Formats: sequence, C-alpha cells, structure tokens
Amino acid sequence: MSKNKHVEALNTSRRTFLKTAGVTTAAAMTGASLGQYVQAQSAEPIRIGFQQHSSGIGAAYGRWYGRTTEAAVAAINNMGGINGRMVELVAEDDGTDPKRGAEVVEKFAKQRNCDVAFGTLFSHVVIGSAPRAGELKLPYFVVSEGHHVASGMLNRYTLQPGITDVKSQVQAMAPFVAGNLGKKVTMIYPDFAFGHDHRDYFSAAIEAQGGQVLEKIAIPPAETSFTRYFPKIPRDTEVVYHVMVGPAVLTFVKEMGEFFGGRGPQLFGFIDSLEAVDMQSPGLEFLEGSYFWEGNPRNAQSDQTEFDKAFRTAVGVDENGASISDSRDVSTYSHMFGCWETLFVIKQGMEACDYKGPQDRAKLVEAVEAMRNFDESAQFPQGSKLFNGKTHQVFGHQYISRVESGKLNRVHTTSIEDGLYEDEVDYTTQSL
Amino acid sequence: MSMDRSVLFNIGLLLALLLVVLALPEYHQGNFARIMVLACFACAYNISFGYTGLLSLGHAMFFSAGLYGVGLTVQLLEFPSEIGFLFGIVCGLVLAVAVGLLALRTTGVSFMIVTLMFSQAFFLTVLLFGEFTRGDEGFVISQDKRTFLGIDLSSDDTRLIVSWVLISLCVLGCQVVVRSRLGKVLVAIRENEERTQMLGFNVFRAKLSALAISGAMAALAGGAYSLLFGYVGATFASVQYSIFPLLWVLLGGTGTLIGPLIGTALMFYLIDISSEFTTAYMLVAGIVLVLLTLYVPEGIVGTIRRRLAPWIQ
Repeated sequence: MSKNKHVEALNTSRRTFLKTAGVTTAAAMTGASLGQYVQAQSAEPIRIGFQQHSSGIGAAYGRWYGRTTEAAVAAINNMGGINGRMVELVAEDDGTDPKRGAEVVEKFAKQRNCDVAFGTLFSHVVIGSAPRAGELKLPYFVVSEGHHVASGMLNRYTLQPGITDVKSQVQAMAPFVAGNLGKKVTMIYPDFAFGHDHRDYFSAAIEAQGGQVLEKIAIPPAETSFTRYFPKIPRDTEVVYHVMVGPAVLTFVKEMGEFFGGRGPQLFGFIDSLEAVDMQSPGLEFLEGSYFWEGNPRNAQSDQTEFDKAFRTAVGVDENGASISDSRDVSTYSHMFGCWETLFVIKQGMEACDYKGPQDRAKLVEAVEAMRNFDESAQFPQGSKLFNGKTHQVFGHQYISRVESGKLNRVHTTSIEDGLYEDEVDYTTQSL
Repeated sequence: MSMDRSVLFNIGLLLALLLVVLALPEYHQGNFARIMVLACFACAYNISFGYTGLLSLGHAMFFSAGLYGVGLTVQLLEFPSEIGFLFGIVCGLVLAVAVGLLALRTTGVSFMIVTLMFSQAFFLTVLLFGEFTRGDEGFVISQDKRTFLGIDLSSDDTRLIVSWVLISLCVLGCQVVVRSRLGKVLVAIRENEERTQMLGFNVFRAKLSALAISGAMAALAGGAYSLLFGYVGATFASVQYSIFPLLWVLLGGTGTLIGPLIGTALMFYLIDISSEFTTAYMLVAGIVLVLLTLYVPEGIVGTIRRRLAPWIQ
C-alpha cells in the first residue's frame, strides 16, 4: 500500500514535473523568440548578419574580417547609413564549421531579424550554409574567393560581389609566370579541394600560355615534414608553384629553402599561405626574391592610392600590413578588403531597389545582379571591378609582388580581362 | 513488445515532442528538425556505448558513410533519393561490420584507438577522392533532388515532420532492440563481459550485432541529414563528430532510450545561446559537461530513472 502510494506520489510528481517543465520550456522559448520576432520597422536599423569565423581554423581571418567589417559599418553609418537607416552588425561565430554555419544563417533569418547574411570566408562553411540561405530566401553575400559561386553549385541568393574567385586569380597569374619566370612548372599543393583547384586551373592556364606542368606534387593534409617530396621536383623545373596552407607552412618554406640552398628554380606562391604571418618570421628569409600573388598588396606601395591610405587608416593597418597597435599582429590584407567592398555593394544594392525590409530581399538580389562596374574609389580601394550578374561573381585586378628585404613589392598588376572566363551558370534563370 | 508503461511513456513523450515542436516559433522548429536528426545519431551511438559498453571514437565514419552514400549516389550518379537513402544505410551497415570484425578483437582503450584510427582513415579517404567528394569543401545536393516518395524535403514543415518520424523510429527501434534477447545480452556484456561469455553467450557475435545496428542507424542519420539539409562535407567525418554523440549521450543519460534526444537538444541550445555572448562557447559547454559528469554522472534521464522512475528504459 505504502509502495503504491509512493509510486502514485512519484507519478504525480513526474506528471507535475513534466507538465511544469514542458510549459516552462515552451513559454521560455516562445517568449524569448517572440521578443526577437517583432518585424523590423522602417525606423529600425538595417541588420547585417555577420557569419564570423571567430574560432576554429579560420579564426585568424575571422579576426581581421571582423575589424574590417566593423570599420566599414562605421563608415557607412557616418555617411548616413542606408536609405536613411543605420546599419547594425549582428555578428555570430560559426566556429568555421559548415553545420554551425547553416544554423547561424537560420538564426540570422528567423530569430535575429537580419536583412542579409554576410562575410563567410571558408569554402566549406559557404557551401554548407548556402542551401539554407537559398531556402530561406536570405541574400547571402560571401567573401570567400572560392569558385563555388561562379561554378553554379549554389543558388540565386548567394553572391560574391566583393572578392575575385580562385579560378580567376590563378588564370590571371599564368601569363606573368610564363612570360617572366619560366614555362616549365612543378606544382606543390595540399591534397584537398583548395589545392586541387590550383592544380586544375593553373595547369590549364599555363598550357594556354605555351607552358607545361612537369610534376604535380600533392601533399597529404596531415603532413608535418616535406623533405621527402622535394627530390620529386624534376631537374629542368624553371618555376616551383606552391600553395601550401595551414600550420606547417613555415616548416614547408624552411625545408624548401634548405633543399634548394638559394640556387633552385624561381619560386611562385599564393599569399594565402602567409596571410596573418609576419614576413620577417624565422625561416621565411628563404623566400627572398620569390614571387607571390596578392589580392591586395600588404605593404603600402610607392604609388599608394589615397583610397588604400584611407582604407588602412579605417581598418587600423599600418604601411606594413600589421595592426597599428601591435606590429606583430599581421593582417589578412589580401582578403579582408572583400568585406569592406561587399558591404558597399550591399549599400548600393539596397539604395538602388529602395530596400524597406525583408519583403524586398528578392529586389535586392535583382538590384545587385544588375550591377556591372565598380570604379576604384574609397568604397572599392582594392581597385576597379567588373561584376557578372549571371554568375554572381566579381572580377578584378590581381597583384604579383616580389619579396625584397622582407617586404612585398608589387611588380605586376593584371588586367581584369586576364581573369575572365566563360560563364558556367546563369543564376538569373532561377526563381526568386 | 508488450505495451507496458515504459513503451507508453516513450510513445507519449514522442507525441508530446511533436505537439511542442509544432507550437514553437519557426526558428526553434528549424533547430528541432536538426536536433531530431542528430539525436538519431546519438541513439545509434547509445546502442554501442550506452547498452553494450563499446566506447567508440569512430562513429563519425558511420554517420559519414550514410552522408556520402546518399550524397554521391543522388547528386553524382543521379539515383532516386529513395534508392540512395537505402544505399547509404547499407554503406553504414557494411562498414560497421567490416570495422567491427577487426576492432572488436580489442577492448577498452585499444578499441577506442582502433575505431579512431579507422575513422581517421575514412576521413582521409574522403579527402583522397576529392575529385568526387570535393574533399574538405564538400558539395550541395541540389534542391530538385531532395524529394523522397514525392515529398519535398527542403520544405520547413516537411523537414520537421520527417525528422520527428525518424527520431520516433530510432527511439522505438532501440526499445525493440533493448527488450529483445539480443538487447539483454548486450546489457549483460556491458555489466560483465566475462560472466556473459562464461554463461555460454557468443559475446563477439552480440557485440558485432550491436555495432552493425549502431552503424546502420548512424548512417540513417547521416543520409537523412544530407537529404534534409542539402550538404555533404568531410567535416562530418572528422574526429569531432565522433566526440559529439558521446557527449550527447553522456549528457542525456547512457543506456536510456530518450536520453540521447534530451542530451542532443540541451547541447544544441547550450551552444546556440552561449555563442551569442562569447566566442568561447565550447568552453562553456565543456564546463557544463564537467559539472554534469561530477554531479550527475548518470546523465539527466539516468538520474531521473534512478531517483524517480526506475522503470524508464
């Protein structure tokens, strides 16, 4: 009897607990959400959801993307905002993880009342998040430089108007490499998608210039020592094209320098390897005299434009590409301008379509698709650009710099045409 | 399976879950669609860890076998999604049996290391065949291919219902397993493997069966995730996705049927809410887990079972 009573008491208690917990949870969630669910009124700020890589493998980029984005938002607000409304940044860390990235995009659209999502760099996060942005019909402005947008893999709501893609960058390098450094190339690249893009696009581009890739050396992702790969470089190689990334890059450069001992072929690399890395770091002296692609010259050049000067001031970067408050804190200068320029594209697009709120998101996409030329200016300090509304991809100038006394001195600027290629998709045919 | 109160409790809880999620605001409905699919993964892990005592650090490979089994067949080979989905589950099942045949020769820490190594090998294989898998970047399953029996899986409402159906199937399926003769042997192995063997049970075969069921269910979750959310990528094969189901199960309650769902939901919201305030949200999650391990070592449902309702399975 007492046992029955005890069980009954427990059952009552359990029922009460479940009921209370259920009601409390539902009320808490509903209440919390409803509070944030009120639709933005016209007097409210325009909310830009910033999908930031604050942790994970992209954290170094994320830090500088954050600083640049905050500076651009401040600049836009100082100009009176967009359509008379202030811009509010809603930043959230995605952990540089595609699963979390998609969740963050959903949060921007459904809970944080963001008008657009913006700022993603790492390709796997973009590709993981873009399907959800498309389903939510949330304009998703990425700053990734991946070819995934222009390849047609994504959707009409995903755009890349502020930074060129890797296919364009690599293609634009080939004429300079073939014409100035040599036509017999050996490629060393990481054995994953980023490296494969370089392998495929550069091989085709250098062959179009009459050159050839003698050897393609893929380095497994977990590799920590590279000495066993260097003997695979053919003796008649004139140029070593390297695009190693990740924590082992300093070891790679040091071991390659020791292998060649200053008497090897010309070295050509992508600065992606050394973004946020001080060129004066021990081991990098082996790079003296070698060449790099730069999206935007890290070191202020002798013919520095007033726009670059103003941009550096705004984002807090000195003439060496480091933070003005800490010279050891080197920026990701070849990529971060993309955040600045993308935000001004969003501003132009919203003004062109008289954007009022989320109901105008489709009009915003169409307004950006209608854009064509961006002139070099304070809004576009990296240089003039050509936007392709069909492929949602922008094209622009690329820079080639030579390492001289530990500084990157620009020796060549490509034309926009050097980086153009045939359209692979027409997103405007997809429904909005 | 007789309809005793444990079964009724789980059915009632699942129906209540449906009612609650249908009443939630859109944002939380989207979250619960993800939570319920990931909880299927946690249920799968619970079969091997919670009920059998096999602490695997390689379950990401089973989840990813389903993810890629579906993604590659549906997107690249243009299989109908129904066929691709079944293929994904078979991939997980076959992989689990193959890994189990080798890994189950070890126990304890060695089993953890061997499963971790197999999973890392799987991860590197995904990168190696980047021409098809797009390696670390992954690929999108286009919206037109994300239909199942004529149902559009990219619709929010459908996704929520399908996720609920899946977690219901997994919870009740686990209950069938746990209450079967095999399930009793699995629990006996967890409690005392030597004694179970001494009583004449084929311990190796039972553990292999547990791993096979677990692998197939994890693949079901992976396959469902790819179709429901449209993305396939190597991140899901990385070691952290072997750790997550362990944490979800520990938090919710090892060896409980509903614990994995509770643990997955709590961990999801712990990260979702704390990430609004700090970038150190994984530290917050870690601290909570340490506190739970210290003060609620049986997990939430496990503690409720011990203190209030011993009949909960």
